[in-house]
Amino acid sequence: MALASRTDRKPSLPRTFWRSTVGKKTVMAVSGLIMIAYLVAHVMGNLKVFFGPGEFNAYGHWLRTMGEPVLHYEWGLWITRVVLLTAVIAHGVSAYQLSRRDIRARPTAYVHKRRHASYATRTMRWGGVIVALFIVWHILDLTTLTVNPNAQAGHPYENVVATFSTWYGNVIYIVAMLAVGLHIRHGFWSAAQTLGVGNASRDRALKALANGLALVLTAGFVSVPVAVMTGVVS
Amino acid sequence: MTYLDYEIGAPIKDEKAPGGPVAERWDRRRFEAKLVNPANRRKHTVIVVGTGLAGGSAGATLAEQGYRVVQFCYQDSPRRAHSIAAQGGINAAKNYRNDGDSVHRLFYDTVKGGDFRARESNVHRLAQISVEIIDQCVAQGVPFAREYGGLLDTRSFGGVQVSRTFYARGQTGQQLLLGAYQALSRQIAAGNVEMHPRTEMLDLIVVDGRARGIVARDLISGEISTHFADAVVLASGGYGNVFYLSTNAMNSNATAIWRAHRRGAYFANPCFTQIHPTCIPRTGDHQSKLTLMSESLRNDGRIWVPRARGDRRPPHEIPEDERDYYLERIYPSFGNLVPRDIASRAAKNVCDEGRGVGPGGQGVYLDFADAIRRMGRKAVEEKYGNLFDMYERITAENPYEVPMRIYPAVHYTMGGLWVDYDLQTTVPGLFAIGEANFSDHGANRLGASALMQGLADGYFVLPSTINDYLARAPRSEPVAEDHPAVREAVTGTRDRLARLLAVDGDRTPDSFHREVGELMWEFCGMARTEEGLRKALDRIPRIREEFWRRIKVPGTGEEFNQSLEKANRIVDYLELAELMCLDALHRSESCGGHFREESQTPDGEAARKDDEFAYAAAWEFTGGAPVLHKEDLVFEYVHPTQRSYA
Amino acid sequence: MKLTLRVWRQKNADAPGAMATYEVDGISEDMSFLEMLDTLNEELILRGEDPVAFDHDCREGICGACSLVINGDAHGPERTTSCQLHMRSFEDGDTIDVEPWRAAAFPVVRDLVVDRSAFDRIIQAGGYISAPTGSAPEAHATPVPKADADFAFEHAECIGCGACVAACPNGSAMLFTSAKVNHLNVLPQGAPERETRVLDMVRVMDEEGFGGCTLTGECATACPKGIPLPSIAAMNKEWLRANRKAPRRG
Repeated sequence: MALASRTDRKPSLPRTFWRSTVGKKTVMAVSGLIMIAYLVAHVMGNLKVFFGPGEFNAYGHWLRTMGEPVLHYEWGLWITRVVLLTAVIAHGVSAYQLSRRDIRARPTAYVHKRRHASYATRTMRWGGVIVALFIVWHILDLTTLTVNPNAQAGHPYENVVATFSTWYGNVIYIVAMLAVGLHIRHGFWSAAQTLGVGNASRDRALKALANGLALVLTAGFVSVPVAVMTGVVS
Repeated sequence: MTYLDYEIGAPIKDEKAPGGPVAERWDRRRFEAKLVNPANRRKHTVIVVGTGLAGGSAGATLAEQGYRVVQFCYQDSPRRAHSIAAQGGINAAKNYRNDGDSVHRLFYDTVKGGDFRARESNVHRLAQISVEIIDQCVAQGVPFAREYGGLLDTRSFGGVQVSRTFYARGQTGQQLLLGAYQALSRQIAAGNVEMHPRTEMLDLIVVDGRARGIVARDLISGEISTHFADAVVLASGGYGNVFYLSTNAMNSNATAIWRAHRRGAYFANPCFTQIHPTCIPRTGDHQSKLTLMSESLRNDGRIWVPRARGDRRPPHEIPEDERDYYLERIYPSFGNLVPRDIASRAAKNVCDEGRGVGPGGQGVYLDFADAIRRMGRKAVEEKYGNLFDMYERITAENPYEVPMRIYPAVHYTMGGLWVDYDLQTTVPGLFAIGEANFSDHGANRLGASALMQGLADGYFVLPSTINDYLARAPRSEPVAEDHPAVREAVTGTRDRLARLLAVDGDRTPDSFHREVGELMWEFCGMARTEEGLRKALDRIPRIREEFWRRIKVPGTGEEFNQSLEKANRIVDYLELAELMCLDALHRSESCGGHFREESQTPDGEAARKDDEFAYAAAWEFTGGAPVLHKEDLVFEYVHPTQRSYA
Repeated sequence: MKLTLRVWRQKNADAPGAMATYEVDGISEDMSFLEMLDTLNEELILRGEDPVAFDHDCREGICGACSLVINGDAHGPERTTSCQLHMRSFEDGDTIDVEPWRAAAFPVVRDLVVDRSAFDRIIQAGGYISAPTGSAPEAHATPVPKADADFAFEHAECIGCGACVAACPNGSAMLFTSAKVNHLNVLPQGAPERETRVLDMVRVMDEEGFGGCTLTGECATACPKGIPLPSIAAMNKEWLRANRKAPRRG
């Protein structure tokens, strides 16, 4: 008799996702989209710097009180931080594990190298690493103020101006924002494919959206150090 | 003693087809056949050699029924069998078009198309089963072409007057094969089929008069192994590669059926080969194989050659009145749509007159200029675009601007192992299905019928008839590895391979293959003469002798060795070629694809001699001159007439 | 034409391999790439050397056996199979590198021949519709909209050659797997097994050691049959859908 050839037992949903390359890519897509959403909010906050220290510092204070009175002081901020941290870790660990797997899947390289192959993959991997290192510096600089030249708690406007008054602050930030842009450019479109939103007819629109998003975010972020450098913000 | 001293043995008869009305025979046979209790089926092992349409479908179906199947293919995957290359379509008497088709009409067309050299019982069964095949394949997800209403599309094919050919663009064979492959894969996953890819059958093991197993070589490690079963099914395809250049895959070969023949299976009608008229001509001596283009091209293309011999002008410089549209001239009513054998022979004739075109003068034009003028380039593109692209890729000529060049090529072999109605050979327990047997196409196969026969045999006929054999066969003891018959088969195989490696001569396997192929093409190809066939019969033993003296096979037998595989297949071609020539010589009539120049009507058409040759010629291997057993063909429903297409 | 070939030579799966250099002369531009290799092999045999092993069979671009990476491109510079690549795509005096498919899931058997049985196992995991012979309903019982039939056909064209894996920087088999999933999942006949099919095939694909997809698109560029890249997104969608819908036990 023809026997049933499928296994009836299935592992739990999280296990299925974490064990599968498609599942892990889904984790990356979802965590990536969470981070993109965060960046959109982040850039809008950043642009308040153009309205002067009063408004910018007040915005900085509001971040701690958001959600009140339902939430306790700073809880809203901490919830955001926990969600973000989870997203970053999930994204990073998945990326690391998938990359390891991808490298193992091609143990012997081709002797004849091609120029254009794997461009997007490489920029994603190295871009990801650059952005991860940047986040560490960024937190030490403007959150914990450990490496900030001004390091004045409760005065984010002055701290930002201080950072972008140093040459290395500008270089690190601008390079990182370009990396973020490139990462979003392929990552957003890629996430759409992973989540199965992409199809032939939607492809152009998705690519345009990814490019637009990358451009707007990068330009928004980079405008702040440029403004400090040119003296528009001081 | 040579093959010319063949003897005529006792007539042979198909004992299995029941009598009575032809339309009821298959039902009766299925009812009269003994069954194997479902619970007992898994105690029976069946070996299937080959995974094409016939083998793939048989393996899957036998496994579904509960048999233990052990299956072999020489390819790296069962999905690559050469059925995959069939383009045109598959016939079925569904009559979806309401155009007057019926099982009886398909039966009639096939018997007539085969030039009255096939068995009525078999052909009728084929026509009956054709409708079930379509149902089966659709259920498996084969993406046949459909119309906007969601129903299946059909087209007419091969000069018949009804539209009964189901198709999946130009890749019908691929889609049907993948359907069978997927069904087989399901059974492999279920553990019901033990699949051995990259493993080639090199001999048949016959114990106490019954087929009980095979000797096979693992093509990667070179290991020779034995496999035992209660029945062996050969689905290893045809032997067109005897001709070296053919539309067969490079590694398609005759070893399985030839080794079975040497072990006692009669070989029927070996000279019945089909030459397809629309192939891309060869470009030089380097040519390794020929590519077929669907004959649907003849629906709109016009075939011509220059009137003057040796006219080397490019086609567009040859004015209309200096062109010879020879098919339209000789066959005014059918024109370019005459059957395959006639179109092929006419092309050969004009090339023999020195009027051929292209390199070596071995080609004729297939011109779409008129069709483009009449229908517009866009319509031609829609209809034939993928064929034109394929042509351009191979020849680097744009067929929209320059006429295509075509030439006939060996395409299919109607002959094969003799089988009865149950598809059993003359060795009990050995079955042959698909192109490997001789049963359904007579002397000429109609377009889109090969896929139909392969799947009919594999999905429906064999799985029914093999029950009867397994149920009636005496309870078989396991075969011991040291049984003398096993030892003899294994030693014989090892010795043959060792001998090939030991010669260390100065000629490559391909050089011998090409030599025998060219000889066969010249003397046993599109037109055959007594003189030519005698010449070939004289030459072949000498090529064989030279082969065993001068062959050079590098490497060892204990490794992946493609030269050794090839050389070992050529050993069998060099024997089979001789039988083909003998069969062609003894059949001094013309019929279907077999054209003897001595037997033609006054206007040059094939003249059958029904009073002398209305039989299938089943040849018995003796080691010396073979013995001919005739199976008389009786036509109760379709009365033989002379084909006329003028 | 006169050419210099640098060909990967490797005796068997365990032996080390290296590129070897050969000169071939008298190559006609009408030859297919494989006929050019035939010419080389004829010379090697007569010189008493081992000919170059490579997989090939139908030589008309449909069986999927041939599998050469030519100058770093799977199946070479044209969008076709190695057997349908002709020497007119090269110039006299060229140096051509010929390598096998490279992937952990496709170990080298010898020279340019690799073991692609991982593909068979992916199909065995669910790349079929369970329709035992004889159980089929009348073919016209279930009409299939033409658009769906065409979509199924477009994906069913895959020849299983593995060029997608060879071209992918990650050695991923997503395009191959998605082609079969999409072919069968869009058809009404394939609906009952729609969820288990994609889950099982993706699982086995991962188990075979193929890399993940980073959507570089190299696979679709190399595919001789033009299986489109969005095929992968469509399979991802099927996979996510199946995880929502598939019954879960134990």
